[in-house]
Amino acid sequence: MSWLDTFLMAFQAIVRNKLRSLLTALGIIIGVGSVVVMVHLGQSATRSVTDEIASIGSNLLFVMPGTAQRGLGGVRSIARPFELEDVQAIEREVPGILVAPALTTNATVVFGNANETIPVVGTNNNYFVVRNHGVAYGREFEDSELSAGAAACIIGTALVDEMYLGQEPLGSTLRVGRTACRVIGVLEEKGQSMGQDRDKTILMPIKAVQRRLVGKLDVQTIYVSALIDGSTRTVQKDIESLLRQRRSIASRADDDFYVRDTQDIAEALASTTNTLTVLLGAIAAVSLLVGGIGIMNIMLVSVTERIREIGIRLAIGARTRDVLLQFLVESITLSTLGGIIGLILGVVGTWLVTTRMKMPFLLSPAVMLMGFFFAVAIGVLFGYFPARKAAHLNPVDALRHE
Amino acid sequence: MRGIYKIYGAGAAEVRALDGVDLTIRDGEFVAIMGPSGSGKSTCMNIIGCLDVPTAGEYLFRGVDVARLDRDELALLRRHFMGFIFQSFNLLPRVTALANVELPLIYDGVKRSTRRARASEALRMVGLAGRESATPNQLSGGQQQRVAIARALVTEPPILLADEPTGNLDTAMSDGIMVQLEQIRIERGITIIMVTHEPPIARYAERVLYFVDGKLEKDGPPAEVLS
Repeated sequence: MSWLDTFLMAFQAIVRNKLRSLLTALGIIIGVGSVVVMVHLGQSATRSVTDEIASIGSNLLFVMPGTAQRGLGGVRSIARPFELEDVQAIEREVPGILVAPALTTNATVVFGNANETIPVVGTNNNYFVVRNHGVAYGREFEDSELSAGAAACIIGTALVDEMYLGQEPLGSTLRVGRTACRVIGVLEEKGQSMGQDRDKTILMPIKAVQRRLVGKLDVQTIYVSALIDGSTRTVQKDIESLLRQRRSIASRADDDFYVRDTQDIAEALASTTNTLTVLLGAIAAVSLLVGGIGIMNIMLVSVTERIREIGIRLAIGARTRDVLLQFLVESITLSTLGGIIGLILGVVGTWLVTTRMKMPFLLSPAVMLMGFFFAVAIGVLFGYFPARKAAHLNPVDALRHE
Repeated sequence: MRGIYKIYGAGAAEVRALDGVDLTIRDGEFVAIMGPSGSGKSTCMNIIGCLDVPTAGEYLFRGVDVARLDRDELALLRRHFMGFIFQSFNLLPRVTALANVELPLIYDGVKRSTRRARASEALRMVGLAGRESATPNQLSGGQQQRVAIARALVTEPPILLADEPTGNLDTAMSDGIMVQLEQIRIERGITIIMVTHEPPIARYAERVLYFVDGKLEKDGPPAEVLS
């Protein structure tokens, strides 16, 4: 008996029982479809996280007071904050870098009838380069404004949209906290990043924020951008030893500050999303397994239903192997068809979800191949037992079966 | 065939479907097996047709001891030497007449085009040319049995085994089928072994075996056995 004939026979049996075949394959369709969607979503989530981190600025280091925790946790212990002298020291001692201090506070911002609480970042002109967030129009801070802590501000596009309602922001005066502040520029539009709306922010000279808004001469975060690619590790080491020295930390004591690379953050986030991907994939795989059991169930029913047919086939000279193959090929064909349909639905589903959630739509051939072969394997695995049962029927009993 | 026993169950529940049957059937014979229900006539035919194996005794098929053959060898033997027809026709439902007749050829690995031609030829032989694409439920009982005959003979086996071939047919159709079988037998010189409980049908045979309680009671020409 040729392979083509075996396959045709199986295919005809499937077509003859369309509804039953569809129900059988449904488990596999849903299983493969959900594996494909879940794993792909996990991967594109990972990708969108890494993309976002790249958009924050590459070769970027964060220097913060306190003790770093593993993962994404924040700062726990209260440590002495940095001062502008620390920033100047880093700028002076460590070569090949750009440094921007930052002090962020939430302030009530009022313009006309509109008022809103918005994070205000005190910094200097290096911020635009280091955080990869430049001025779209207007100008940067002037040196005199920086050194005097003048009430000049550069605002995010969200403010322009929400508070100015089409009025010209440049040259206008905003009230930030209790300070009247002149708008000198508007930032580029950046959108959401790491759960923050980067367009809803105001930049002011750091001295202005220190004196007029916070009332302390602290620097909360120091952003450092390494100008040479791949030098972040050495820059990190240099900053660490410099700050240890400046903060008089004993040689065996732990740092009371930490330096974080965006790479670190990216890795931490990626490992989280990867765990999630594996988890989702595993859940989907369980549904694929359940689909396989569904195939076995229906095939067993089908064997019982067709005992007489099997008897006829045995009587006219089908060998054990022929009947075994017939049923095995039938279940494999069903699961393969289910796998193909599941793949298509999975890809469509992934596309729908990623476009809705504004995530990158990427397809991984490895995932699709794996899902497909898993489906075929399930066809073999769960088709074998019913097929064996059919093939070992006694011809006389099978023929007598009503 | 010598000292054949077929025993179902054991101990007190033991049923001797065949109880020491000695029998020789020669090529080209037309044998009818008769007897009351439960006399072992179907069991005897199943053993002759290698669908079943005897519990004890020796069955030599053309000199080969069938007891020594395994399941697949028996299947091959059936494929090449036996054609079966049944009381209930046993055609595959929802499959065309042509495909039903093709089935044994598929298992024999015959090429598709040859298969088609041979199946059509077999259908023509039983007078069903033009009904190739009909499914069993579109055919009358007599036509279905003819399709079954075509299927049994498409591989050109030397032996045709018929288990009550006319049991589900009316007298006119029965006679039609019997005339057909007789004609094919003469044309091809095949052996026909037929189980029946209708004496008029048995009269078509040359030799009648009469079973009672698993034992072969009478063996001879119909005129003698049926009187």
